[in-house]
Amino acid sequence: MGRHTPLFGLHQELGARIVDFGGWEMPLQYGSQIGEHHAVRRAAGVFDVSHMCVADLKGTRVRALLRYLLANDIGKLKLPGKALYSCMLNERGGVLDDLIVYYRDESFFRVVLNSGTRDKDLAWIGKHAAAFSVELTERDDLAMLAIQGPQARAKASQLFSYADATAALALETFTGRDLGGWFLARTGYTGEDGFEIMMPAQDAEAAWRKLNSLGVASCGLGARDTLRLEAGMNLYGNDMDEGTQPFESGLGWTIAMASRERDFIGRPALEALVQKGSPARQVGLVLEDRGVLRSHQKVIVPDVGEGEITSGTFSPTLERSIAFARVPAATADKVLVDVRGKLLNARVVKPPFVRHGKSLIN
Amino acid sequence: MSNVPEDLQYTKSHEWVRTLPEGTLEIGITDHAQQALGDLVFVEVPEAGRVLKAGESCAVVESVKAASDVYAPLAGRVLAGNPRLAAEPETVNTDAYGEGWLLRLRPADGALAAAGLMSAAEYRKVLDAEGG
Repeated sequence: MGRHTPLFGLHQELGARIVDFGGWEMPLQYGSQIGEHHAVRRAAGVFDVSHMCVADLKGTRVRALLRYLLANDIGKLKLPGKALYSCMLNERGGVLDDLIVYYRDESFFRVVLNSGTRDKDLAWIGKHAAAFSVELTERDDLAMLAIQGPQARAKASQLFSYADATAALALETFTGRDLGGWFLARTGYTGEDGFEIMMPAQDAEAAWRKLNSLGVASCGLGARDTLRLEAGMNLYGNDMDEGTQPFESGLGWTIAMASRERDFIGRPALEALVQKGSPARQVGLVLEDRGVLRSHQKVIVPDVGEGEITSGTFSPTLERSIAFARVPAATADKVLVDVRGKLLNARVVKPPFVRHGKSLIN
Repeated sequence: MSNVPEDLQYTKSHEWVRTLPEGTLEIGITDHAQQALGDLVFVEVPEAGRVLKAGESCAVVESVKAASDVYAPLAGRVLAGNPRLAAEPETVNTDAYGEGWLLRLRPADGALAAAGLMSAAEYRKVLDAEGG
């Protein structure tokens, strides 16, 4: 039997279809996956993301540790509460994980890691933390809810007292703070505005029920995947992994090499790559024929070479299939995709496909 | 609990077969199959005139999360694929045994008897055994 989040019983009560997700029994959908997707684009939905790994890093040299451990520059975090998206690389420049780090205070940062990489990440971070005398603590006492959509902040603020609700609504984008005993962050994985809230496990069920009563739809991992793909956000294990480097995974924007004196793990490997240029890059694809793009389908770039779809799905917002693909750097604007033995036409676009409910694709 | 109409015949791979008055057959996927797939977003049906062998892949149904083949329950010649499903694949979710039919087939001689189709009661036992 798989691991359960504190909300497992409630998911069953709500009639969710439960699937194995990297060893966790998680809700795929409660009713219609497309209905849940539209709820987030048009109103608000709540996701159980308690399977993700929250870990706290404490110590006087925590900033120095993260400066070395992360490919993005922790020096960008100047105000307490600010968050940063970063890759964590191995020495070869391969992506160990992608994460969000929150600056709490000068001796306290919080990271949110992927569920599937939990053990590997904690071992890796722990090993380096020891050298900086930083204490690493996994916060498996916390549940995490993501409330996303144009109405998400207004609805979720009603989980707080009147005074705290005002503070919740004042929270800036990509920032987190303690509020009413919870950690509230204005972050997400859907391309919509919203919050992610980390709270003691015993608070999660009441919070979820209250959100449902306010009209916030229960949403499963199925909708989470279509939403993040439309939003142009990578999924670890699909779109990048230890065997791929950030420049071929659409993550070059997160690699901070400007500060020449900042030594971080993977930097020498990436510098060699920048010198000669990455042979591959990530693009977005919009299928022009009927069908559905799926991960691992072969992409044919006429006169250039071949690539592969890393994530593909049907986009409920665009009502056509979209994908991320890793293709030769010289790929122009048209490709063919081998979909179940047929070569279908796809157009190359720059993700995201959808932002704040609006199509960005012509 | 999924709906299994009494007047249809079934396969282990969750197709249903309806015998039409003129002796031709209508074929689709069962309520159980559409529930398991979830929201359908793409359906490909065979062209009229195509000759199918029993067990051959004859249609594709794709939901948001997965693609699935539909197998010909018996040999025959395709009379029509359901033209509505290109634009409205969700019809298979909303009306699996009616407007959501996939194809109509003229069975090859003796094919229906040879197909070993199940009754509704037998198909329900298959679903019970699958826990569905």
